[in-house]
Amino acid sequence: MKSGIVFDFKKYSIHDGPGIRTTVFLKGCPLSCWWCHNPESISPQPAVLYRPERCIGCGACLKACPCGAIAATPEGFFADPSRCTGCGACADSCPSTARERVGRLMTSEEVLTVIRKDIPFYDESGGGATFSGGEPLLQPEFLWELLEGCRKSQIHTAVDTTGFAHTAVLLETARLTDLFLYDIKHMDPGKHKLYTGVDNTLILENLKALTDSGARVAIRIPLIPGINDDEENLRQTGRFVAALKGVVSVHLLPYHAAGRNKYAKWKIAYRLPETLPPSAEAQEAAAENLKSFGLNVLIGG
Amino acid sequence: MNDRIARLRKESFETHPSISIERALLVTEFYQENAGKYSTPVMRALNFKNLCEKKTIYIGPDELIVGERGPAPKAVSTFPELNFNYREDLEILNSRNMTSYSVSPEDIDLYAEKVIPYWRGRSMRDKAFAQIPAKWKALYEAGLFTEFMEQRAPGHTALDGTIYRKGMLDFKREIAESKAKLDYLNDPHATEKFEELTAMDISCDAAILFAERHADLAEKMATEEKDPKRKAELLKIASVCRWVPAHAPRNFWEALQMYWFVHLGTITELNGWDAMSPGHLDQHLAPFYEKDLAEGTLDREGARELLSCFWIKVNNTPAPPKVGVTAAESGTYNDFTQINLGGLKADGTDGSSEVSTLILEVLDELQLLQPQVSVQISAKTPDAFLKFAAKVIRRGSGYPSVFNADMVIAEQIRVGKTPEDAREGGTSGCVETGAFGKEAYILHGYLNVPKILELTLNNGVDPLTGKKVGLETGDPEGFTTFDELYSAFEKQLRYVVETKIETDNYLQRMFATYAPAPFLSVVINDCIKNGKDYYDGGARYNSDYIQCCGIGTITDSLAVLKKHVFEDNTITMRTLLDALRKNWEGEEPLRQFVWNKTPFFGNDDDYADSIMQRVYDSLFRTIEGQHSPKGPTYHLNMLSTTCHVYFGKKLGATPNGRFAFLPESDGTSPSHGADRHGPTAVVKSLAKMDQVKSGGTLLNQRFLPSVLAGESGIDALCQLIRTYFRLGGHHMQFNVVDSDTLRDAQKHPENYRDLLVRVAGYSDYFVDLDQYHQEEIIARTAQESF
Repeated sequence: MKSGIVFDFKKYSIHDGPGIRTTVFLKGCPLSCWWCHNPESISPQPAVLYRPERCIGCGACLKACPCGAIAATPEGFFADPSRCTGCGACADSCPSTARERVGRLMTSEEVLTVIRKDIPFYDESGGGATFSGGEPLLQPEFLWELLEGCRKSQIHTAVDTTGFAHTAVLLETARLTDLFLYDIKHMDPGKHKLYTGVDNTLILENLKALTDSGARVAIRIPLIPGINDDEENLRQTGRFVAALKGVVSVHLLPYHAAGRNKYAKWKIAYRLPETLPPSAEAQEAAAENLKSFGLNVLIGG
Repeated sequence: MNDRIARLRKESFETHPSISIERALLVTEFYQENAGKYSTPVMRALNFKNLCEKKTIYIGPDELIVGERGPAPKAVSTFPELNFNYREDLEILNSRNMTSYSVSPEDIDLYAEKVIPYWRGRSMRDKAFAQIPAKWKALYEAGLFTEFMEQRAPGHTALDGTIYRKGMLDFKREIAESKAKLDYLNDPHATEKFEELTAMDISCDAAILFAERHADLAEKMATEEKDPKRKAELLKIASVCRWVPAHAPRNFWEALQMYWFVHLGTITELNGWDAMSPGHLDQHLAPFYEKDLAEGTLDREGARELLSCFWIKVNNTPAPPKVGVTAAESGTYNDFTQINLGGLKADGTDGSSEVSTLILEVLDELQLLQPQVSVQISAKTPDAFLKFAAKVIRRGSGYPSVFNADMVIAEQIRVGKTPEDAREGGTSGCVETGAFGKEAYILHGYLNVPKILELTLNNGVDPLTGKKVGLETGDPEGFTTFDELYSAFEKQLRYVVETKIETDNYLQRMFATYAPAPFLSVVINDCIKNGKDYYDGGARYNSDYIQCCGIGTITDSLAVLKKHVFEDNTITMRTLLDALRKNWEGEEPLRQFVWNKTPFFGNDDDYADSIMQRVYDSLFRTIEGQHSPKGPTYHLNMLSTTCHVYFGKKLGATPNGRFAFLPESDGTSPSHGADRHGPTAVVKSLAKMDQVKSGGTLLNQRFLPSVLAGESGIDALCQLIRTYFRLGGHHMQFNVVDSDTLRDAQKHPENYRDLLVRVAGYSDYFVDLDQYHQEEIIARTAQESF
């Protein structure tokens, strides 16, 4: 049985594919998008999040840490990153949840047990399981075991991917997946590299290969004002997607700042401090632009 | 809404509730003159008739449906023959901070002079409560349970379709037939039955008389009316009141007025808990609606206007004020009239119709406290109807609440009702199941289940007072296994429940003997046939309920004890008990540890949920089948209304990390903040409770408005409801409001005068709630989603 690093579950997830779903977030992502809502998911390693505002100063973590990484300071109990292995012992000992594990090694069976709990809701709603991240294709063998496990229980599956993966891995995944939620963040390779850290060539080639293989794909476009919401980029996106077969829908995901406070928690600089969510008119205009290519465009997941 | 409805609504919304002492004066005079002349039922009926003959009647401008309980809208009567015989009761009501009832100093003086002296020692409260045993009082004062019959007569009554097929004259014929069959040779109770049937007959006359007086008044007003349109309306009102309730209604208007006269009769005669409800109003009205539409005598807007007029009538009728504990625990108090929509017809087909939708529209448009609406969702109910209801829910007023019609029916069949009677039944009060129009389902009060654990952990002593009120079930530090602790809890539970039931059985015979309700008995099958009063087992079905509170709090507390004290040995019993005694003072790490590191109810975690099942099973085995004077009629149900707040105030710190005096978990919901995996996990946990063995459960869910946005939000909500019901859930209700809004309403109540929120089995104005209830609602876990 395979194991992998899971950083969160979300039940009653209603915007990650059809129906009521359980979304499983696998840790680790090859991209580092400026607007990422889950910056803690980027590193593939388990880590521990410390929230001084919840800390009651009991010192349980000091005793629990096998590496001696934690030091008591007047501001709180901070871990030295060079000594912390992310083992989570401190989080397990912390009574007040000031320290929480972000990412935990789980077996596929453990994950499937969580997924199977909500089968009655999937049955009623046409829902299922969505594997998101991070980038789920970074842990392919683990993912495949999860997808196979779902198929055995007749649970609908969706894989939410950046598309930045080996083509062979993606196509193998397609064999086991009912629906892909596939991101297109920008059509311009240079800008894509600037805002996400990687070039988009592989992503677009993979999308073509995936749709050619017969997979069902929902395209997701995060609509980020000033980054990818210009007419030209949307037109290029629409033209590209319209040429693909097997695309069931195109979803515009308007930027929102909900993830912003996570950056403060993790002490990571937020690179879009001034950006505001797109107006309803801007969302409509973007949708109309894409619709002109004959696409089934929806605002929201 | 049209101008008429806007004016009536405004009047109803803005009129301050007041106490009318007219009823008390009439009843007192009547008793002073006639006491001893008649049998008790006949005396009660003549008293009712005297009220119908003499009480001030009211027909307001714009009204189409007529009749008030008091002399004017929102004027509330008292029932001195039951209780309310202290000058202080009136003075407190006039002056308290929470929604007060105004009463003039002159009226207080008159009441003190004329009413109180006569009823001292004669009221039900004085008569019955003089005999209550000390062990009951000790438990009651410690907050182990409440007692409904201390306040009001047994109630929670709802009607079936009978009154739309029969008028009072038809009932009088049936009464005469029943009298003719009395067998004085063989039936030792024939004389009592004769007196009861005579009383019922007088009550029918009283109801007709009451309507005739309204007809007379309407005609008189018509002669003085200048506006020809209003003049015609008044004459129409008169003709309606000449026809109903003497005869069965012939059209939509008469059907609504028929119900309203019967409703008023029952709440004039006595003061039953949760008054009276029309039951499946949509099913009752649908045939009249369709007929009138086909004949061209009514259109949809006309029906909406009449329904709105009726709606406002119900809202004009706040409940009579409480005394003692209940007065303290509820600020505003409405009469819990509940309308069931949808569900199944008696023949098992879908009961939803155009009238169901119309009623939801009226509910949504008027935004008033009363009446409350529930939608009864069967597997046969069309999705379109559920979605329509979900969109009203999304507006955030907390209604309609949603029930599983198939489960409500199954619960009734389990206790011996026929499928047809069960389908005609439904829910009233908050969530209580009953066979409408055919059953006396008597609620006896709430049971503070976490408090029973507290007694167990203190060997029978209430740690808040130091008094020994329970059984000595052993020093908790001497328990070596969780099972030993649990069996001590079960012994304590049995003692508390049986102490309560002994007194409940005594009290219900006191009501049967001294406070019969002959008018109510006329409209409940089969009281006429049996010649017996509603309170005396005359109905086709009779059951008694004890409402168990705090399942989340006790489950989580037992989970802490089981896991940390007995299994992992991470905490000693002594350490935990010390921390509880200190209300966690200086023990924050320990409190945080139990709160965060224990499997709790509401997370679809079998460890915690199996403890819930065990407690539920103990409650069931202790209560189910206990005997009342009518047979093995006791069952449990699982709701708290607002009592979890009162019970919390009577409860010290609990092992789940809860501080002393804070509210317990409400209804059958998880403890506040203990459910951490979203609504599907809550639903799965709740579904592990074998709800068919209850008379109702109550699940509160609070959603942030964003979760229900768009069609997908509505779809997901409906699917969540459907899944819960497929898994055997009884009920679910929703608040759709974010915490910021509620906080702002606390700061600026003037801006939120009509912000309705779901409290328990009913909605209330948020700004009318006291601080404890406001905080309790804010503390409910808000379910989020992406």
